[in-house]
Amino acid sequence: MTDARAAAAQAAAAAATEAYQRIVAALIRITGDWTLAEDCAQEALALALDRWPADGVPDNPGGWLMTVARNRALDVLRRGTVERRKLRELAVLALTAATAEPEPEEIVDDRLRLIFTCCHPALPLEARVALTLRTICAVATPDIARAFLVSESTMTRRLTRAKTKITEARIPYRVPTGPALTERLPGVLAVLYLLFTHGYNADGEPAFADEAIRLARLLARLMPDQAEARALLALFLLQHSRRHARRDAAGDLVPLDRQDRSRWDHAAIGEAVDILSELRESAPPGSGPYALQARIAACHATAASVADTDWTRIAGCYDRLAELQPSPVIELNRAVAHGYAYGPVAGLDLLTRARAGGALDDYPLAIAAEADLTARAGDRVRAAALFRAAAARTHSDSERRALLDRADEI
Amino acid sequence: MKYLMFVCTDTEPDTDPAPETDIDVWVDKHDASGQRLQGIGLGPKSAATTVRVRNGRTLVSDGPFAETKELIVGFDVLECADLDEAIEVAREHPMARGGRIEIRPLADWSQ
Repeated sequence: MTDARAAAAQAAAAAATEAYQRIVAALIRITGDWTLAEDCAQEALALALDRWPADGVPDNPGGWLMTVARNRALDVLRRGTVERRKLRELAVLALTAATAEPEPEEIVDDRLRLIFTCCHPALPLEARVALTLRTICAVATPDIARAFLVSESTMTRRLTRAKTKITEARIPYRVPTGPALTERLPGVLAVLYLLFTHGYNADGEPAFADEAIRLARLLARLMPDQAEARALLALFLLQHSRRHARRDAAGDLVPLDRQDRSRWDHAAIGEAVDILSELRESAPPGSGPYALQARIAACHATAASVADTDWTRIAGCYDRLAELQPSPVIELNRAVAHGYAYGPVAGLDLLTRARAGGALDDYPLAIAAEADLTARAGDRVRAAALFRAAAARTHSDSERRALLDRADEI
Repeated sequence: MKYLMFVCTDTEPDTDPAPETDIDVWVDKHDASGQRLQGIGLGPKSAATTVRVRNGRTLVSDGPFAETKELIVGFDVLECADLDEAIEVAREHPMARGGRIEIRPLADWSQ
C-alpha cells in the first residue's frame, strides 16, 4: 500500500470511528432498540471503511453514516415479523421523521444520555462496564470477554441480558436532573474508574485506560459544573502520565521512588494541574473523593523527587479522604503519608490503628509499609524480616523480587 | 408502562431516626398523580396456603412457597413513564426504609 493510500485509510478509519458512537447513540434514542442500533451502525461503519479509503472521506462523515444506518434500520424494521409490531411501527415513524444529521446539541446529549443508561444502577456492575465498552467505546465483544477473563458466549449473554433489561424494565435514556443527578453521577464515575484501572493494572488491557480518559474528557466537557467529573479526568491524566516509566525493560513494576521522572508525560501532568487549580477556585471548591485523590497524585507528579514531595499536603488530603471514604487501604496510604510528613513513628502509630480491624492482615503492601517505616525508625533486623514476610505473601513475581531486594539492601 | 411493586420486609431496616412517611400520605399523593393504579395489603404469612397440581392430584400445603426471612406484605400497581419514575415513587414508600421494594415491569401481551 502506498503512503497516500495508507493515510487515506487511516483518515477514513478515524472519521468513521469518531462518528460511530454518535450514530449508535442517536439510533438508540430514535428506535429504543439497542441491538438494531448497534447492528445498523456496525454495517454503516463497515461500508464506510470499505469505500472511504478509495472514494475519500465525505464532507459530512456523520451525516453519511447516519443516512446509511437509518436506511438499513428502516429495511430491517419493515421486513420484521409480526412480533412486537406496535413497537416496530413506532420506530419506523420515528426514523422517518428523524433528520439524517442530528443537531450538534442533540449529538452531545445523546452520548451523555447513553453513558447514564449504560451505567444505570438497575444493571449489574459487571454489565455496566461491559455495556459501556461495547456501546460507547465500540470495543468488540471478544476483546471485552478476554479482558474480563470470561468466554465470548458468557460476555455475549451478559450484554444481551443487560440490553433486554433496559428494554423490558424501560430504563430511561436520559440524563437525570436535580438531586437524582447528584445520586447517579458517582455511579457513572465509578464505572469509568473501573474501566481505567482495568487498563492500568499489570495484566489489564492498556487500550481501556485510553477509552476511560476519552470518556472522562467527554463527561468533563459536557458537565463542566460537576467538579468530580473534572477531577476524575485529572486523576486519570496523572496516573496515566507515568505509563512509560512504570515498568522496566523486563516488564517489572518500578516503584515511584525509582522511576525516571523525565519519562513522565509532562503535558498530561500540566493539563491535570490546570484542571485542579480551576476546581480550587470554583465555588464550592472541588474536594470530593476524586478531587482529593487527584490532588495527591498531583503532589507526586509535580515533585522533583520523593524527598522533594509535599508530604504534609498529601497527609492532609488522606486525612480528609479517610473521613469521606473510610477504608483500610486509604488508612494504610494515610499512615505512609504521615510517615513521610511527620516521621516514621507517627506513620507506625497510624498503621497500627489501620490494621486493628484485621482487614489488612494478609495484605503484602501493608506489611511492606510497616517494613519501610520500621527501617526508617532504625530497627533494621525487624524491617528485613518484615520485607521477607511481605514477599512471601505477594502473588506478583516482580513485586516479590522488589521486596526481597529491599530486605537484602538492609 | 405498568410496574408491579412488591412491598417486602427486610431483616435490616433503615436506622435513620428521621420520621417515617405516613402510608396514607404516599397513597393519596400517587393516586392523585395517576401513578398508583391499585394496591393491596396481604394477611399474615401464617394464613398462607400453597396449592400445586401434579399428575391430576391437587397437593395443598401450609405456608408460603418460598421460605425466606423477607416477607411480601403488599403489592401496588404503578403506571410510570419509565423505570426512573417508578424508582422515584418506590423510594417515597415508607417500606422502602422499613423494608425493601422490588419493582417489576408487567408483561405486555398486546405487543
